[in-house]
Amino acid sequence: MSNANKHMRSPLKSVRGLGSAKDGVQHWWIQRVTAVAMIPLVLIMLVCLLKLATGDHAVVVAAFRHPVFAIIALLAILAVFWHLKLGLQVVIEDYVHSEGLKMASLLGVTFAVFVVGGIAALSVLKLFLGV
Amino acid sequence: MANVERPLSPHLQVYRWPVTMASSILHRVTGVGLGLGTLVLTWWLVAAAAGPEYYAYVQMVLGSWLGRLILFGFTWALFYHLLNGIRHLAWDAGYGYSIPVANRSAWLAIVGSVVLAVLAWIVAYAWK
Repeated sequence: MSNANKHMRSPLKSVRGLGSAKDGVQHWWIQRVTAVAMIPLVLIMLVCLLKLATGDHAVVVAAFRHPVFAIIALLAILAVFWHLKLGLQVVIEDYVHSEGLKMASLLGVTFAVFVVGGIAALSVLKLFLGV
Repeated sequence: MANVERPLSPHLQVYRWPVTMASSILHRVTGVGLGLGTLVLTWWLVAAAAGPEYYAYVQMVLGSWLGRLILFGFTWALFYHLLNGIRHLAWDAGYGYSIPVANRSAWLAIVGSVVLAVLAWIVAYAWK
């Protein structure tokens, strides 16, 4: 008991292991998870898009009506936009030093990424469902 | 306020650029660039979902020489960010930290991304 607490921290801090940013390795880890996921997803999508880009509209619609292609497209969109949000967040945190502007840019980027990603996902769903 | 002329750490521009410095900043630049690319991709998806007329219009814009140039730029950025991202994952796993290896893998990502981008477009043109 006498030498249990030589520094002024409570043991709870060490137990939680979340560090000064208070979210531990969560940000870093999801950036890696989405990165690994994107290696196959983006490569498959790229090959398909290279093919679809030269075809007409009916070919594109037919591709998205296929459930396997639709789910790969949706998973790719999820990984891409999540990874994008995390990446842009780091860039802002590195270069924007005024606290108010930083918070505003982080909010703006987060909203923008969700809106654009949502529109992309909705477009894929619309094509898949054929509505 | 202290008026002592203390030596300052020299800023980036006085260094000869090692390739690893270029590969690092390129990763960030291509990452932000690809973020803008998602706007083009989403526009294309919306066009496909909207119907044949609007899709034909977007295809015409993206198929113009300027559109193709921009799309080729995004293709290169994608391959660079992918290859350099794999480099980052290798570092995360504890490999490739020695300077000769880091220099070599930086060149591999830069040259490899150009080769893969050109290859992808050759495939796209040949595939029609």
